Amino acid sequence: MRILLVEDDQTVRGFVAKGLKEAGHVVDQADNGKDGLFMAVSESFDTIILDRMLPGGIDGLHLLETIRAQKNRTPVLVLSALSQVDDRVAGLKAGGDDYLTKPFAFSELLARIEALGRRGKGETGPATRLLVGGLEMDLLSRQVKRDGQKIDLQPREFRLLEYLMRHAGQVVTRTMLLEGVWDYHFDPQTNVIDVHVSRLRQKIDKPFPTALIHTVRNAGYMLRDE
Amino acid sequence: MTSEPPPGQPPLGQPPLGQASVASRTGPRPKPPRWARRRTRRGDILRSASLRLAAVYAVLFMLSAIVFMSFIWWATIGLLEREVDAAINADARALSERWTEGGLPALADTIRLRLAGNVDDDALYLMIDPAGATIAGNLATWPAGVVRSDLTYQLRISRDGMRGLADVKAFGLPGGYRLLVGRDVRARAILKRLLTDTLLWAMLMVSVLGLSGAFVVRSLFRRMVRNVASTTRAIASGDLAQRVPLSGSGDEFDRVAETINHMLDRIARLMDGVRQVSNSIAHDLRTPITRARARLEDASLHATGTAEMRAAIERAVTDLDGVTAVFEALLRIAEIEAGARRSAFAELELSGLLDDMAELYGAVAEERGLTLERRAAEPIRLYGDRPLIQQAVANLLDNAIKFSRPDGRVSLSASVDAGLAKIVVRDGGIGMAPSELARASERFFRAESARSTPGSGLGLSLVQAVAQLHGGQFVIQPREDGADGLDAVLFLSVRTGPNDAAQPAVARMEPASSPDHEQESRDALLSSS
Repeated sequence: MRILLVEDDQTVRGFVAKGLKEAGHVVDQADNGKDGLFMAVSESFDTIILDRMLPGGIDGLHLLETIRAQKNRTPVLVLSALSQVDDRVAGLKAGGDDYLTKPFAFSELLARIEALGRRGKGETGPATRLLVGGLEMDLLSRQVKRDGQKIDLQPREFRLLEYLMRHAGQVVTRTMLLEGVWDYHFDPQTNVIDVHVSRLRQKIDKPFPTALIHTVRNAGYMLRDE
Repeated sequence: MTSEPPPGQPPLGQPPLGQASVASRTGPRPKPPRWARRRTRRGDILRSASLRLAAVYAVLFMLSAIVFMSFIWWATIGLLEREVDAAINADARALSERWTEGGLPALADTIRLRLAGNVDDDALYLMIDPAGATIAGNLATWPAGVVRSDLTYQLRISRDGMRGLADVKAFGLPGGYRLLVGRDVRARAILKRLLTDTLLWAMLMVSVLGLSGAFVVRSLFRRMVRNVASTTRAIASGDLAQRVPLSGSGDEFDRVAETINHMLDRIARLMDGVRQVSNSIAHDLRTPITRARARLEDASLHATGTAEMRAAIERAVTDLDGVTAVFEALLRIAEIEAGARRSAFAELELSGLLDDMAELYGAVAEERGLTLERRAAEPIRLYGDRPLIQQAVANLLDNAIKFSRPDGRVSLSASVDAGLAKIVVRDGGIGMAPSELARASERFFRAESARSTPGSGLGLSLVQAVAQLHGGQFVIQPREDGADGLDAVLFLSVRTGPNDAAQPAVARMEPASSPDHEQESRDALLSSS
């Protein structure tokens, strides 16, 4: 993916850019709002990582509103040291697609960026069937089969698996699962997500020779066919 | 984890409040120039509420005195005037009867008789013929200007060498004769003057009384205001121990003073809380930061391989994440307590929310060999902040699961009573000592038995802040049924819209108690995470 990174702190910018390049992305950098805006409107990116507080007269939200006003639909992840809920809402209202509070773990940022990048490509119509390896999910009849064998899932397990399958091959973090599957925006303090994933594993992976749900250390989970 | 400094020791890194304030009070303060001071003073008087109060008092007092005296004046003098008028009319009527009976001579005789028998010497009569010559009477000439018979004229007259004041009426008689009947009202004039003088003097005295009354009112008012003002000024400059003195009479001033003192007590407690929290923050944040620093330094000095280095760094990152989490929690609590979140309020259905929470945490409980019971309940609609209520319930469930004994039971239920939604999280865990229960919702407080369990000591503080934001209350207490464990009860006001007041519901729930006791019981809402 080609990613635009607008961030004024040099350490953070360097760290993020390095990480993204290591993950195989092309990164363009800007250290102020003016340059960031110029690059965002003159070139085409798959995603934009945007710090909220920027020098140069144009802050992150202003930049975001400007490119949205020009019908630029590039997915934007807003990065901010402001964590209050109202700030978050303001960030999303201005046209942001996701919001991440500093300090953040790089794995979280990477997982969210990759999820956004895929969303940006646009899915070709609403899928009715998801398929990963031998795992098959019918979204209409709400049935799950692996290697032709029917698996009974609770409604929440079904949604968890659906989320994992929609993001197959990508890392999904615990926070992403909490937000995407449960629609919770708070810190649950315990390993609630691990417990639910482990229950799902019991049904999806345990009876079969190979595992599909993998734990990614220090990051989260990934559903993939070996 | 909480460590309080011994009494007397100042909070870390800052001078004690008391000292700073003493310095600021006794330090030299630049005085405004003389003209400025005088001007301020005059401005003060014009703007003085006590003066206004006194002036209103005095004006009211004098106005009522004026009304009262005017009535006396009118009643006395008016009565006399009306009596004279009636006497003149009666006289004239009697004389006209004499005329009809006996004609001119009889009337003249009657007038002479009456004048002779008039002991008070106040009657005035005069009868003249068409030519103007006197026939009978004690007036020398017909007074000029007295023409009409339907009016009473007031005249100065002179009679027997004496001047006087008289009310007279003229009557026409057949044949061009004219009759004048009157009364000398000198005595009345004297009385009138006397009464006027008396009333004026009384007025003066009333004014003096009114003004002194006003000054008394003013000084009473000022004394009260001065007490409050000097106390609050002392507090503003840092002396939090000051209180408004009470007169002991239990009057309105005393009640205001009590309210203010109560408020000051609360502020002092909050200040203590803040001081304690900053100490705790210093401690709770320094510990992991120190640990992370030591790990990194140790690794940079002694690590022999990449693997060892990496491990040290990863552990340090974990420590820093812990610091961030504490930060986030503190900021969130502060944000909630400031009421800033009320903008995020919306209508929500509580029972469904709790069902979802039970589903999320049920798996965690099961993994630990516990059972999480969720009793089906009717829908409860209320107006609130969904993520915050979720976070609060999550904290309670998290605690209940963390401190339960193996094979224990945790239950989550909700009901509505007297305008409050009551959410109860009941566990069968190790419980807490009463002294610990009283402190459980303090920031960073951790019960002795919980020291070994991970946690920041902020979970229940957040629950309490959420409860207060929703016009409710948070109580943690031994189980109602007497079994081992705790009932964590979260009350939320059931409101359906933003304009629906939340406060009365809380007042209704609290038992009748003295303000201090009430405060203690509120502080007793607990925490243990």
